[in-house]
Amino acid sequence: MNNWLLIIYCGLITFLTRFSMIALLKKEMFNERIREILSFVPSAIFPAIIFPAIFLDNSGDFQLENNPKIMAAIIAMLIGIVSQNIIATIISGLASYWFLIFVV
Amino acid sequence: MNNKYRVFLRGIFDVSPLMIPVVPFGLIFGVLSIEIGFSPIETMGMSLIVFGGASQIVLLQLFSGGASSLVIISSVGAVNSRHLLYGAVVSEHLSDLKLIWKIVISYFLVDQAFARSNEYFKKNNDKNKYFHLIGGGITCWVIWQTTTFLGIILGAFIPEKLGLSFAVPLTFLALLVNDFRKLINVIVIIISGLVATFGFNYVPYKAYVIVAGIIALLTAAILTKLVKTNE
Repeated sequence: MNNWLLIIYCGLITFLTRFSMIALLKKEMFNERIREILSFVPSAIFPAIIFPAIFLDNSGDFQLENNPKIMAAIIAMLIGIVSQNIIATIISGLASYWFLIFVV
Repeated sequence: MNNKYRVFLRGIFDVSPLMIPVVPFGLIFGVLSIEIGFSPIETMGMSLIVFGGASQIVLLQLFSGGASSLVIISSVGAVNSRHLLYGAVVSEHLSDLKLIWKIVISYFLVDQAFARSNEYFKKNNDKNKYFHLIGGGITCWVIWQTTTFLGIILGAFIPEKLGLSFAVPLTFLALLVNDFRKLINVIVIIISGLVATFGFNYVPYKAYVIVAGIIALLTAAILTKLVKTNE
């Protein structure tokens, strides 16, 4: 599939999710239980992006030693828990990563 | 000043504080997209056509990992499924609108605009209230397109050894900060992360995001059920 087609399909699926939210779905279609489970979607999906990007190298092999990403991610997470602030989390993670690769 | 315009401006005003985290997100997207090998026009096209931060970053991440198109598209769908939760909430406020307006609003319905307009809808019930959502949505749109554009330009100057791709897991980590304090969420996060990491090389077609997501969501269903039966 060429890149443009891929982009258009990703756009379509994003649009359709939003459209179904305001045009097709009704509140009654979701009981308490389904809403409760849906609220876990970010916790269930995002780590599947986060973990491999930290613990695996470009070829998909485990990289547990000499890996500054692990320490930087832990620092970012702690800052995130304390500050509850998105920007502080991203910046502290990048800053500690750069500190570890360029200074230490 | 007529009422529509006033509600529209109010939407812009209400959503503006939420734009601060969008700025680095958009810049990072633009820079990474160029680094991965998309052309500047394709990168801009992604922001214009998809107009969704998490969707676009997942697209980049899986594309650079060599995932097939079908897997990329379904993973984008999986990431978006979190929005289904909002739909039911906001739809009751917009049920009187013409279809064409529903289509327009759907394009602009990003997290930040939704969050602010939903608060507004709860308190205000005039017939032009949906202009609030349009004002907020257009604000997000302008910020997202501008920062993507700046990222594309910056991308040409930022050396690869800065390792900016590390910003991807960081951005998603940042979106979870509210969930780290809840025990069930933490367990779900760990399960999803472990399944994805160990499944990375074994799940066919690089569908590890979907497989990890489903297993983690099932875990959430079981754990919340257990908590209820014990109460």
